Amino acid sequence: MWQALRTELHPRGVEIVTVALDTGGADAVRPWIEAANPEHPSLIDTAHICDDLLGIVNVPNAVWIDEHGMIVRSAEPAWPGETPMLGMLPAMVENLPPERRVVIDEILKMKVDPAGYLEMLLDWVEKGADSQYVLSPDQVIARSLPRGDDEARAAAHFELGHHLYTGGHHDAAVPHWREAHRLHPANWTYKRQAWNLEPTEPGAPNRYEGDWLTDVRAIGAENYYPAIVA
Amino acid sequence: MILESLTIRPDDLLARSGWSMKPEGACKGDVCVPLPARVVNDGLVDVSMLADRLGMPLVADEAHGVWSLGPETRVTGRALTTAVAPDITLPDLSGRSVRIADLRPQKVVLVAWASW
Repeated sequence: MWQALRTELHPRGVEIVTVALDTGGADAVRPWIEAANPEHPSLIDTAHICDDLLGIVNVPNAVWIDEHGMIVRSAEPAWPGETPMLGMLPAMVENLPPERRVVIDEILKMKVDPAGYLEMLLDWVEKGADSQYVLSPDQVIARSLPRGDDEARAAAHFELGHHLYTGGHHDAAVPHWREAHRLHPANWTYKRQAWNLEPTEPGAPNRYEGDWLTDVRAIGAENYYPAIVA
Repeated sequence: MILESLTIRPDDLLARSGWSMKPEGACKGDVCVPLPARVVNDGLVDVSMLADRLGMPLVADEAHGVWSLGPETRVTGRALTTAVAPDITLPDLSGRSVRIADLRPQKVVLVAWASW
């Protein structure tokens, strides 16, 4: 998806950089990257350092960085325009078993604006610093998410969990990831990453307080992606 | 940032957190926070003192003998302390390191995604 947009925008001075927030590393993301066959840098962030360096709490999210290395839009939901998958979801629902159908039902309630986001991005590409969507440094900082002690401690716990998990100590990682979830429940990358690494066989215990469906319903699927403020 | 002791080389601090040690204090992008001179001793940064001044939580896992230093909270109270983009270097699928700052003077759209 992003590769097609990169083909269009790269001659106009734009580089797309995709970053997979994936503790599973190359093995976890290889099928997707090889299928996309990107010409742009396609990077892997196993420790989720972009979460705390850029304030990313969900995917897909994007940050715009200008020619001078300044962030001109902080992390926000991002799509490379309308995607075929989004349009296919309603038809897919009919053929799914009930337990999968409820997931798609929640996804269909999410409010996204891929066309609007693409319009903003193209405006920046054309007009640069004169684009109405470019934010001042103070606005960029103010629009990044609040970070108090809880959110910062969550980041520290998540990274400890990552360190232990990649060292072969999954059981020792779980308490740190549970604590990260408790301290920063709005960080979906912490939660979805940890849930994804759990065993999936029937009867396997859930070592976490929540799961995707329960947590999305708790906040309301329409709030899963915050509206983009132009 | 994972630590095996409560001192760290300034280069390692910069690489992971974006904070560099300068005569005026700890600096990130265009922001500098004054620090006591003794925060750097024998070429190593006292992590406890730095963490206290910048509001960075220090979490220990005693069973495994490691600490984790979280991001700063005391400068802006937001996820971003500065609009200067952090100097991020990450590997690609082949293991080759890519430094995003090396892509200048192109505009960069950094897109976070995941397989999960």
